[in-house]
Amino acid sequence: MALQLMGGVAALAAWYALYSQLLPFSNWLTYDLFGLAPASHLGSAVQFFAYDTPKVLMLLLLVVFLVGILRSFVTVEWTRRALAGRRESAGNVLAALLGVVTPFCSCSAVPLFIGFMTAGVPLGVTLSFLISAPMVNEIALVLLYGLLGWKVAALYFATGIGVAVVAGWVLGRMRLEPYIEDWVRDIRAGEAAMADQRMTWTQRFAYALDSVKDIVGRVWKYVVLGIAAGAAIHGYVPEGYLAAIMGKATWWSVPLSVLIGVPMYTNAAGIIPVVEALLGKGAALGTVLAFMMSVIALSFPEMVILRKVLKPRLIAIFIAVVACGILLVGYLFNAII
Amino acid sequence: MKIHVMGPGCAKCVQAEKTVKEAVAEAGVDAEVVKVTDFQEIAKFGVFSTPAVAIDGEVKVVGKAPSKKEVLAWLK
Repeated sequence: MALQLMGGVAALAAWYALYSQLLPFSNWLTYDLFGLAPASHLGSAVQFFAYDTPKVLMLLLLVVFLVGILRSFVTVEWTRRALAGRRESAGNVLAALLGVVTPFCSCSAVPLFIGFMTAGVPLGVTLSFLISAPMVNEIALVLLYGLLGWKVAALYFATGIGVAVVAGWVLGRMRLEPYIEDWVRDIRAGEAAMADQRMTWTQRFAYALDSVKDIVGRVWKYVVLGIAAGAAIHGYVPEGYLAAIMGKATWWSVPLSVLIGVPMYTNAAGIIPVVEALLGKGAALGTVLAFMMSVIALSFPEMVILRKVLKPRLIAIFIAVVACGILLVGYLFNAII
Repeated sequence: MKIHVMGPGCAKCVQAEKTVKEAVAEAGVDAEVVKVTDFQEIAKFGVFSTPAVAIDGEVKVVGKAPSKKEVLAWLK
């Protein structure tokens, strides 16, 4: 334990020293080594890429590790027990919040759904969890913080949780239980296995390091590609170019973004750098936020997986209600900011 | 000995199965490795996050692919 703590502190100090050098390094690389002019298209694109890529990757490493430690406490079994027998309302809020920190992969959405149902978690509360888990996660928040600052990250967090709570509550009120596949309702689950597993700190560190390897190993390509696309938009698309089509004044831009975003599928890492660049060119925050949420929250692969436990009608209502929630968020932000 | 590897077929589930089979071969124990993909079967084990591994009906790990070292320790 003491050894790990010392290692952790040393790693954190090294991380910080490196992180604080990123901006001077990117300036030196672009303007001194490559000799590009700061005002040129290429210069601004290269500097953006050279600064943002290592910055976002380093933030990801740190945050994914810390969230990994947190997740070694908040297992699916723990969350299942925490939500069992909760009433709606408070249950929806708790489920949406736990969706952020519980380890979740859409490939294990079905066992999780069965687990929640057999524990007596109401359908609407379960759906709140399933909306927030893919949408509000540490990867999205790190990218938003790194590229757009903490205010946008906080806004995304709050509205994402808001959509999950309200949409889950509304779906719960609609009495959709008959549209759960029959075999799920008849299922007899065993006692939760390993509900009380205790990890030592060594195991928690190993678990967090594993999740860093797994998650960062998976998303780094998207981050690099996304930032490259963002850098191109940064350098070459004229300022204010998007104001006419994605600006505040165009009322139809929010529903159009949601409509385009729902069938699109990529993870947060790929979409946020593009979003950042769009904002810089005059797109309105509400429109962009709505676009991003619909891309991340409603994805075709996840619907295919959920189809195994939900009848088509419930899937359709689920998509419609969540899309309406996202639409409201878009209009709200375009109206107040 | 009967080993159940549970998972619907995600990347980690494939990895879990591979690790278990390697460990069985390495330990030289006589064990049958069964892949469980049916969700009702998985629920009967009380498993709600995959991948999971059970040895002779006793669940050893849920929600992550075990390391080979861990599997070897269970086989002893």
